[in-house]
Amino acid sequence: MSTKPGEIIVTGPKDTDEFIKGVWAQNPVFVQVLGMCPTLAVTNTASNALVMGLATAFVLLMSNVLVSSLRHAVPKQVRIASYVAIIATFVTAVDYIIQAVSLEVHKSLGAYVSLIVVNCLILGRAEAFASKNNLKRSIYDALGMGVGFTLALLCLGVVRELLGNGTFFNLSVLPGNFQPWVIMLLPGGAFFVLALWMLLINRLKQGGPRD
Amino acid sequence: MTEQSLWSIFINASLINNFVLAYFLGICPFLGVSGKLATASRMGLSVTFVMLVASVCTYGINVLLTLLHAPYLQLISYIVVIASTVQLVEMFIKKISPALFRTLGIFLPLITTNCAILGLALFQTNRGYGLLQSIVFALGAGLGFTLALILMAGIREKLELAEVPNIAQGTAVSLIVAGILSLTFMGFAGLGN
Repeated sequence: MSTKPGEIIVTGPKDTDEFIKGVWAQNPVFVQVLGMCPTLAVTNTASNALVMGLATAFVLLMSNVLVSSLRHAVPKQVRIASYVAIIATFVTAVDYIIQAVSLEVHKSLGAYVSLIVVNCLILGRAEAFASKNNLKRSIYDALGMGVGFTLALLCLGVVRELLGNGTFFNLSVLPGNFQPWVIMLLPGGAFFVLALWMLLINRLKQGGPRD
Repeated sequence: MTEQSLWSIFINASLINNFVLAYFLGICPFLGVSGKLATASRMGLSVTFVMLVASVCTYGINVLLTLLHAPYLQLISYIVVIASTVQLVEMFIKKISPALFRTLGIFLPLITTNCAILGLALFQTNRGYGLLQSIVFALGAGLGFTLALILMAGIREKLELAEVPNIAQGTAVSLIVAGILSLTFMGFAGLGN
């Protein structure tokens, strides 16, 4: 596609800044509070969290690439509908890929893989970033957000699996006399662990003790 | 088709496996819209209504897709149907009651990305519910969602009077409240069979 007259050439923030932004300053889970359903629902073990994070990151990357490439071709009125169709296509693909690779993982994630479609993070990035920026920046943005999302899911998954089951990626790490905290695996535990991580991050951002 | 009785489906969807507090579906409106009691109840009822319509529609779609042997189109057709249902409901409310339309405002289009609706459609398909069972399931899920939203809004209205530490303000304290609510709802587990 040729450069349109009047198109603004963006200087200013470097492309790699988009990557860092997604991981820390604009972290999708801890800062923007987007995509809460999978964050809370499938983080009962670290491996579930990892698979879910990677699946979401993949859909995010592919949809950002396609939305960004098509940003001049899609009429403004139907853009949301076309984004949803793009996202749904990739989610269907991911659903079948996970089913083909490991039926066990697919069963433990259940309907939540299909529910990536309505993850507000993906539609949010398509609308707020990919539809306004060029391909390269959109890829960096998707990678940053994807990595940030996966890390956040892992933060929850590792803590919940460690305390709730005494294991780390299915390896027993805690001494045998450790009494598992069953609450961590229950729905309530998910809310508490996420709240504690948010408290910790807010504390770090404020920097130092306060009176 | 499963043999579950309608009553047990209803109790299951609304209390024991509450969509918000046990399945974590629809957390975004749960945290976003639960600030005031009035908006929370309106949001809950409009979600219930969309759920009912979407449940019937997706049941029909599923029958059609089974006939066509095209299960891979399930997700795409579901999301398109839900988006159009929301649009239809929006136009309907605008025509019937402009006042209600104004108060719902931005919430209506947001229901499209409410995972509870799509989750409902996927669950009812996976569990093989019949038409009547699907409707009861949608009603239970919607009322359960409304109940959770109203409880949360009531607590948060009281919470405004409490002194919350600086770092816990906003999302963190809501999440802790949600966790406690979720634990409370586990007490309903014995109701099932």
